[in-house]
Parts: sequence; structure tokens; C-alpha cells
Amino acid sequence: MAMVDAEAIVKELRETYASGKTKNYEWRVSQLKALLKIAEHHEKEIVDALNSDLSKPELECFVHEISMMKTSCKHALKELKRWMKPEKVKTSLTTFPSSAEIVPEPFGVVLVISAWNYPFLLSLDPVIGAIAAGNAVVLKPSEVAPATSSVLAKLLGEYMDVTAIRVVEGAVPETTALLEQKWDKIFYTGNGKVGRIVMAAAAKHLTPVVLELGGKSPVVVDSNINLKVAVRRIIAGKWGCNNGQACISPDYIITTKENVPKLLDAMKLELEKFYGNDPLKSGDISRIVNANHFHRLSKLLDDNKVVDKVVHGGQRDENNLKIAPTILLDVPEDSLIMKEEIFGPLLPILTVNKVEDSIEFINAREKPLAAYLFTGNKKLEEEFVRNISAGGLLINDTTLHLATSTLPFGGVGESGMGSYHGRFSFEAFSHKKAVLRRSFGGDVPARYPPYTPEKVRFLKALLNGNILGLIRALLGW
Amino acid sequence: MDRVEEMLGEVRRTFKGGRTRGVEWRKAQLQALLNLLAENEDKIIEALRQDLGKHPVEAYRDEVGVVKKSATNAFRCVEKWMAPQKGRIPVVFFPARGAVVSEPLGVVLIFASWNFPISLALDPVIGAISAGNTVVLKPSDLAPKCSSFLANTIPLYLDPEAIKVVEGGKDISEQLLQLKWDKIFFTGSPQVARLIMSAAAKHLTPVTLELGGKCPTILDTLSNSSDLQVAVKRIVGGKWGPCNGQACIGIDYVLVETQFAPVLIELLKKFIKRFYGENLKTLENLARIVNKHHFERVHNLLKDPNVAATIVYGGSVDEENMVIEPTILLNPPLDAEIMTEEIFGPLLPIITLNNIEESIQFINSRPKPLAIYAFTKNDSLKEKILQETSSGSLTFNDAIIQFVADTLPFGGVGQSGFGRYHGKFSFDTFSHEKAVLHRSFLIELEPRYPPWNDFKMDFVKLAYDFDYVGLVLLLLGLRGLFRRNRRQ
Repeated sequence: MAMVDAEAIVKELRETYASGKTKNYEWRVSQLKALLKIAEHHEKEIVDALNSDLSKPELECFVHEISMMKTSCKHALKELKRWMKPEKVKTSLTTFPSSAEIVPEPFGVVLVISAWNYPFLLSLDPVIGAIAAGNAVVLKPSEVAPATSSVLAKLLGEYMDVTAIRVVEGAVPETTALLEQKWDKIFYTGNGKVGRIVMAAAAKHLTPVVLELGGKSPVVVDSNINLKVAVRRIIAGKWGCNNGQACISPDYIITTKENVPKLLDAMKLELEKFYGNDPLKSGDISRIVNANHFHRLSKLLDDNKVVDKVVHGGQRDENNLKIAPTILLDVPEDSLIMKEEIFGPLLPILTVNKVEDSIEFINAREKPLAAYLFTGNKKLEEEFVRNISAGGLLINDTTLHLATSTLPFGGVGESGMGSYHGRFSFEAFSHKKAVLRRSFGGDVPARYPPYTPEKVRFLKALLNGNILGLIRALLGW
Repeated sequence: MDRVEEMLGEVRRTFKGGRTRGVEWRKAQLQALLNLLAENEDKIIEALRQDLGKHPVEAYRDEVGVVKKSATNAFRCVEKWMAPQKGRIPVVFFPARGAVVSEPLGVVLIFASWNFPISLALDPVIGAISAGNTVVLKPSDLAPKCSSFLANTIPLYLDPEAIKVVEGGKDISEQLLQLKWDKIFFTGSPQVARLIMSAAAKHLTPVTLELGGKCPTILDTLSNSSDLQVAVKRIVGGKWGPCNGQACIGIDYVLVETQFAPVLIELLKKFIKRFYGENLKTLENLARIVNKHHFERVHNLLKDPNVAATIVYGGSVDEENMVIEPTILLNPPLDAEIMTEEIFGPLLPIITLNNIEESIQFINSRPKPLAIYAFTKNDSLKEKILQETSSGSLTFNDAIIQFVADTLPFGGVGQSGFGRYHGKFSFDTFSHEKAVLHRSFLIELEPRYPPWNDFKMDFVKLAYDFDYVGLVLLLLGLRGLFRRNRRQ
């Protein structure tokens, strides 16, 4: 039984939305500022919650969650006026005389369902978009990060306009109750299995969805590159991002056979520099979120097909839910670890004869959320960009594209649909209304029956935008 | 099932082969489509006459001409649309460059509808081709002549390994929906749309749903008689012109102030007579009702005695030829089916209000329509309608023509669907916007990497605040002197 009266909440928010309050620029600004205040005044509470949920290192909490959220909020505050402005578009001869514009308008009452791995950012970043676009919003944070969920519920309850912005805490029953309601947009971050459930529920009400999912994001490492820099950037994206529990974390590496020894050495060296001899003791790395996920990851490592493939790490501490950065070499393609998204600190390295072969390897699989390539070879880079379909591509680094507000962030195929960040967030929560203004003049008889051959000629010219033809038709030639 | 699976397999192989990604292929297909139209105009017009009784002018205006315009526009613009868009990158990432690259989604499935069986089939195909996808098109079986025309003719002009037409009804649609597509584009009713989206959810396939709804027309009291004549002509044209009211953006009902209704009704009658004639047997320039089922459906709307009592013009039907007279009703009951369902036929209810501003509330208490039309010279009313109502599109002082404006997105919201197309929006609908960020190996910022310490924390905070002066001071070791009490 759900402990939430979803219907009543939606009804109340719908009333608020109908009053027009959330459409006001001033209201949007006040709410964005309130969000910013939450991040500024309650940094410690948020960091503590993240620490309790994930043992996330303070710097990671700050870099990946609080700051990103603040940047996103400030960006929205700065750009909001511009985003809200109707876009004038040209009109053609066909509708002459007229003027046209595209007016962004809020969808109405939206639902944001967020994930546990970046429980603060992935909750509030979409909420920023929803508010900026003028919607009323219900946020359902993940129950798998309970401390952050309750901090969000408490702080949003204190700071935000609760007649329009609500947090509903809970697990499957609450989510199910929410999904039964009619929403004007649903924004979901999580996995493909639940993504399908969300979309199917949305179908009943014809609700558009944004699905931010994940996938196995590959990293292709070419030879003849600055390996030290590359390796550090891979580590930062893998273990430095919530210990691999991130949707855009590198999932596996593809490199050439002869490149492996050097790559492995560099990785071992840098890993030790970052996390010391005993990474299980390092405070600079997140733990596994819970026992479920710990066991899931253990199963990947204990799979018979890969037990002898571990070339680095492999240590586990079940009591503290820690798994050390672990590298596996040449795991078979049909092993468990290559069949599902790893979402943890395990990193398989696969080898190909030629680095170009990696493109085919990636394309034979589901489209990932991100694909990374380290190379100095322009031609390979071009080929990669042209041939790899993924949510985003990043050349010579990892995960940074996420922090670039001018780039849309979102998946394709199995990694999801729809995108957000920066202006794209505003657009994800806005309907683009086409507005055409005509005057009463400029009416041509050809539009109306009875139809004659002259009218046909005129219409042809009109639709083709052919001015000469138009004049001829008017003159009766 | 095997047949559709085989077909999907073939277009998928073609897509993987890569030729559809090149601009040459896209332009060649668009050109081929233009040739198809130019060389088969008569056949198309004949097929439309047989399926729907459309007059050649209407057939050209709403179908051949529209597709030609779209294809020509796409042919001209496709290269520009394909060009990557540059994105500005934060300074801390320097040196880097970012771009948004539009790439085809892959293999797309397009369901067309029967009321504009040529344009609603080919217009999305133009978008799919422009974006470099391979396509399976399923025309509506309710317009069988157009469906078979498309199935027979398209393979003669377009790349047959990349663009397929599959004919059939519900069975075929169900088979198609079991397969995995990279995008599904559907034009039709909300009931079917729900099935489409549920099926798409299984494969996480994005969908565009082009539905309909009850599109209202607000007619303000116009004092100038020539304005009024123009407005009513446009209403008549917007109601009965496109496929005799069987159009998703056709006018469903008119909202008007009570004292203005008689004037409106007189003018409507005048133009109906002028445009279409008076005698049911000799009506001209009007499409017929598509089939028996829809004839019955529309006819039934009138049979409700409470509705029948409100007919002020027309109301007669010719069952044999499936013709329903242009019919005007004054204030039919709001809970009658004619006011709760999309009419999709030649009936026009007029609903009177005390004050025209009440129309906003009237519209807002119903599902969001695909289009709203408002005839008024009152700027503050215009602004109010713009700000306070929601619809796919909003057109002032005209009807229907927003459909041919390529610079405007065409698509619904809420009950009228989601996703949009036309012009560049068609290209975008069938593209994935891939974010691409290029970095070099130069300039490594040490604070990105663990082990973490206070210095790195400070660095990161400053970088996020875009406090570059602070950053420099920090790097020079001078930061402590200027430190604000950030971390307390």
C-alpha cells in the first residue's frame, strides 16, 4: 500500500498551475533562488546525507552534486528571460501577410523520478528545468539513497512554494501510485527496465517522457598518446565518479593487444597514487550503495568466465560495502560483466587487433549513453564521431561533457530519449507553441471554392513560393 | 510476421551499410520524391477522388502541393540542417571544442492516416529521409487507393532497399509494433496512440504522436463588415475545406458572444451556399465521409434528439453516397457526444457566451487541442488567449494555414499528442542530437584527481563559481590572504 495520496497531490498542484502562478517570471526566479539557497545554506547537511548514503568523498559531493546543481541554477537564472522569449520566425509567401513566433509554454504538472547514485544533483537538476519552464512539479527521490531523500523532502518543504513543488518520498508502491496519475511530462533517471515501465504507464495518459538511462559506455584507447593523462582521466571518470556508479562512467576499455601492458602499468601506477596501497581504506572513493548492489557486483566478479581475468584489485569488504578498483583483462564477450551495465568499480579491458575494430565492436551492441576515445589520430577521431551512435561523445577525456551546459545531455536507443542541461532542460519541460498572426487583409479567392482552373494555377504558384507564377496567375495568363 | 521481419531486416542492413547517412543519398531521394509527385500528379488526384471524393484543387492544395513544398524546402536546406552546431564550452575545460551533431536514429516506422493519405504519409517520410534514416511506411487501409498507389509507386522512385511501404490493416500494424524500431511516427487517434506508445515502451522507442482534438475557434464581435466577411469565409474554409471537416486541425466548434450568433449564422449560410451549393444531391467541392463506419459515427452525433433540436442549418444526409450536408448547430448540449468527442466531420456547433473572454475558461476546462483559432482585432484579448490557453498551435485571424508554414513546428500537446514536425522540425524529429566534446591532452588540472585535500576543494569551488581571479591567487599561494569564510 502506498503511503501517499498521489491523487490529492496532483489535484492540488493542478489547481496551483491553473491559477497561473507558476507561469510568472518572478515566481520562477524566486523558486530558483530558493533552490540556490538550499545548496548554499545547507551544504553540510547535504554532504552528510550523501556520505551516509554512499560514503561519497566530500570533494566529489561538492564537485559532482552541489556545485553542478548551483551552476545549473545560476545559469537558469541568468538565461531565463532569454529562454522565455518567444522566437520570431520568418513566414513565407504562402501565408502572406502574416507574422509567426514559437512561444514556449509550460506543460503543466510534471513528475521527476530520480536516481540514487547522484541523489542530490539528479533530483534537482531536472527540477530546475521544470521550474524554469514554469511547471508545477513533484519530485520522487530514490529510496535507495534514503538520507538524501529525506534531506530533499525537508529542505524543499521549507524553502520552496509547496503549493507547486512537492517531494514525495517512497519506494515501488509510492512510485506506482504516482505513475497512475495523469502527468503532463515525466522525467525519469534510472535503468532501462524501469524506464520501460514508466513509458508504458505514461502511454495510458499520452504523457511525453524523458528517459535518462545508462548503458555500457566504452572507452577506446589508441596507442601513441599521452598515456599518463589519458589514464588519469579514465580513472577520474570511473572511480572518481562515485566509484563507477554513474550513468556515464566508463564501463569497459577497448585497446590494441600491444597497448595493453603499457596501459595496465600506467593504470596501476596512477590508481596507487590516487587511492594508496589499500584502496578499501581510502576516503577518496565512494562505497557500493547497498548490499543488493554489492552482491550484484560480486556476482559479476565471481562469474566462472572471468575469475581468472582479474589483473588488478579485486579486494572486497562486505561489511563496509567496499570494492577496490578492479581491472579485468580479456573477459569473454558472453560473460555476465559484458552483458549488463557494470555500474561499479570493475573495469574490463578488451583487446582488438586494430584500434579501428573497436567501432564495429561498439556498434554491435546497444547504443551507450557516452562513448570515449583517446587518440592523437584525427582520422580515427573523425571516424569515431561519424560512426558511433551514443548519447554523447567525448574525445580525449571522460564525463566532462556532462558539465557543459551548451551541450544536450541525454541518451539514444537503449540509453534513453530526450535530453536536458542548460537550455535543453528548459526545452525538455516546455511545449513549443506555434503562433501565427494574420490580418484580415490579403485574402485570395483561390482559397475558396467553387474551384476553377485559374485557382489551381494560382495555388500551385503559391505553394511553390513562385512569385512570377503568382503574378501570372493573378493576371490571368 | 516473417514478411515484415524480413523487410525490417533489409532496411536495417541498408542503414548499417551507411549510404543513407550521406547528403548525396538524402538529396537524391528527395529529388526522386519530387519526380514522383511531378510525374504522378494525375494519379494521386484520381486516387484521392476515389478514396475521399476530394476535388482536384483541394487534392492539390492539401496533398500534392504540400508535399512538394516540403520536399523542395528539405532539398534546399538539408545540407544546412546537417551541419554540426557549435557549443560554447566553460573556460575550465580549456582547451576544448564542443558541437551538437545530428545523426539519424536508424530505422523508423511511419503510420499515416486516411484523411490526408498522401501528405500525412509523405511529409514525415521527407523528414525521415532528410535525417538519413531508412523507413517503413504503413499507409492507412481506410484510403485503399492512395495506399496502393504509394505501395506501387514509391519503390519505382525511391531507394527500395531503404524505403519500404507495407500495406494492411490492424493485423499488419500489430505485427509491425512487435518489432524494434528506432523511432515511431504516428498520425491518428488518441486511442490507437496509446497502443502505439505502450508497444514502443517495450523497446524504449521514442515516438511522435500527431493526434487531433476539438479545435475551437473564437470569434470576437467584429464591427467592420469586411473583416467579418473575411473571418467567416476563413471559418467556412477551415471547417469544410480540408477534407470536409475530417482534418486534425479542422475547426471543431465556434465560440461567439450570444448577440453575435445570428449574424454569424447568416454569414455562414451565405458562404456555405456560395462555396458548396445548397442541394444535398449536388453539393460540390466537398470531400465525402471516408467510409460507412465514420458516416454512421458522424450521423449518430446528430441523432441525439437534444442535439437534433439545435440544428439551425443542414442536417440532411445521403447515406448511399456517404455525404453529410454542412451542418450548423446552435448551442447543442455540452454533455452530448458532439461536444465531448472530436467531431471529425462536417458538423459545426456554435457555442454562445456572454462575454468572449469566457472562451478561455471554456477551452481550458477541456483537453488541450491541436489548434486554436481566434478572430479578433483586440490585442489584449489576443495576449490573454496566447498566455492563458494551451494548444499545439494558435492562429490569429485565420485557420489551417499554420500547417503550411515550414518555420513553425507542427504538433500537439497533452491530448493532441507530442513531438513536432515540418521544415527543420521534421529533420530534428528523426535525428538524435549527439553531443560531441573534443579535448586535447594539454593542460591538466591537478585538482581534478584524488587524493583530495583542502587545496583541491578550494580550487574546485572557485572554478565552479567562475572566480578566475581567485583561482589564480590560489595557484600562486596568495589565496589565504583573501579567503572569505566559505567553509564555515
